[in-house]
Amino acid sequence: MLTRVDHDLTMAEAARGPGGSRVDLLAVADMVQPGARVLDVGCGDGELLRLLETRGVDGRGIELSREGVNQCVAKGLAVIQGDADTDLADYPDDAFDFVILSQTLQATRQPRVVLEHMLRIGRYAIVSFPNFGHWRIRLQIALGGHMPHTDNLPYAWYETPNIHFCSIKDFRQLCGVAGAEMEEAVALNAWGRRMRLKMPWWFWNLFGEQAVFLLSRRG
Amino acid sequence: MVEAYAMLDRADRKREADHPHSLVVRFPASNPLRLDAGVDFAPLQIAYQTYGTLNDARSNAVLVCHALTGDQHVLNKHPVTGKPGWWDTMVGPGLPIDTERYFVISPNVVGGCMGSSGPASTNPATGMQWGLDFPVITVRDMVRAQAMLLDHLGIDSLFAVAGGSMGGMQVLQWAASYPRRVFAALPIAASTRHSAQNIAFHEVGRQAVMADPDWRGGRYFAEGTNPRRGLAVARMGAHITYLSDAALHRKFGRRFQDRDNPTFSFDADFQVESYLRHQGITFVERFDANSYLYLTRAMDYFDLAADYEGVVANAFRGAPTRFCVISFTSDWLFPTTESRAIVRALNAAGARVSFAEITTDKGHDAFLLDEPELFATVRGFLEGAAKARGLPPARR
Repeated sequence: MLTRVDHDLTMAEAARGPGGSRVDLLAVADMVQPGARVLDVGCGDGELLRLLETRGVDGRGIELSREGVNQCVAKGLAVIQGDADTDLADYPDDAFDFVILSQTLQATRQPRVVLEHMLRIGRYAIVSFPNFGHWRIRLQIALGGHMPHTDNLPYAWYETPNIHFCSIKDFRQLCGVAGAEMEEAVALNAWGRRMRLKMPWWFWNLFGEQAVFLLSRRG
Repeated sequence: MVEAYAMLDRADRKREADHPHSLVVRFPASNPLRLDAGVDFAPLQIAYQTYGTLNDARSNAVLVCHALTGDQHVLNKHPVTGKPGWWDTMVGPGLPIDTERYFVISPNVVGGCMGSSGPASTNPATGMQWGLDFPVITVRDMVRAQAMLLDHLGIDSLFAVAGGSMGGMQVLQWAASYPRRVFAALPIAASTRHSAQNIAFHEVGRQAVMADPDWRGGRYFAEGTNPRRGLAVARMGAHITYLSDAALHRKFGRRFQDRDNPTFSFDADFQVESYLRHQGITFVERFDANSYLYLTRAMDYFDLAADYEGVVANAFRGAPTRFCVISFTSDWLFPTTESRAIVRALNAAGARVSFAEITTDKGHDAFLLDEPELFATVRGFLEGAAKARGLPPARR
């Protein structure tokens, strides 16, 4: 079975921007202010943290897989072995400027609780996830009659760590329930290009392969 | 310096307590060590070793803290046993704690028996060994004494403090007591407090020592005896807790020692028995029984939260230190849950912390053994810290 780290590496092959960084990570990194304190939940092999450190960000990470953690620590990153579902509760309120959940939401047991903790721990939360409303996925279910299989989602249904898929539309609904204010949103198409902001939500939900949301606590 | 030790004849354990084969600093009565027990202890002697060179900025010093039965001889031949240093896989030229980059200082703890003041040292007031007249010491006392050593060496701020087990307790105490003097901290297989189970194990060991008639109420030096059997049994029991079921099974299984069949006696039929007996016998050659009582006691008393309103996080509040906490999957003496508690407290305090759990079947002692994942983690952490500290990169 592929581990989370392998999965990140698989995705890494998909689309890289100038400088060699993954486009979804670049989209996340662009939302972070330089010099900010950041917690990356599910940081994999530490690629995003490294990217952020080059931008003068004080980054910390949590990673579930032991080999991911050890790779990160060996790179000098401040990463701890831990589980987004259980360990976010240990962090005090407002400990960070940004709490990032990159390509991990769909693998958590309680996405709503995780998101609520993120909004509590950080001033801002950034969530990126694969959009299950993308037309190719819809097509695979509707016409193929099987669970979707794409470059970004390479697992068979019986061994996927991804247990809580959602579409962009679903995620917006979660934001409402969890008390999150939407500050900014970016959708990336199948080629990793950012889609134009003027598009309506239904268009993003159909053609965005990945989505990145910048959120803040409501009120 | 290392070669010089190879030339030496085996030193006497008793002599080593007062006149060790290492560097020594003696603090006069005007500069006492204030102990948690409420005593001003003087004159204080600290035996230590150094490896590598202190840079001009005095910014590359690494303090290595030893565990319960360790000492200052980290990577040179041991003057009593003739064996290699206890951490020569971790500390040395080109190794994770690189003596070509860092200036390594390793003191013998107060209460120890390898040259720092302890129950085996001579009490200047009586001309006899201290024995049980030596005041009870704590991990915090050990660290205070180390801070005096650093003052003496003119080192204001340490690049790093590293140690496993009781050494890890000292690392945590350093970060709590002197946060501004510690740039990076590496507590390995450690805990913020000694657990009830561990206190229980220690008590069994102490009772074994005290049950030996040769212990003589701690006055065995004066009476010309040595509680060898008691201390050996204590060591045998403790040694089991440093390993794991899997490691013992892998190393020894149920194999017989030099025989094909059981002898139907209480000889050491099994390899594991023979191994433990050997561990016990070799330990008494180099270690002082009273020192074993004092140091196990110091570990038992260790409870960082108790000094900070019952909240460990308060010990690290606002600490500028960066931490790397390491545990081992098969360590049941200082299990991963203990390291996680350290991490939780550090997170709550907003400290910069890394945490890795190393997969191994070697138990608590894994921190002393050849564990490539451990080495990679320590190397990576120190490299990152060195960069942040502005130390020059490794030459190789």
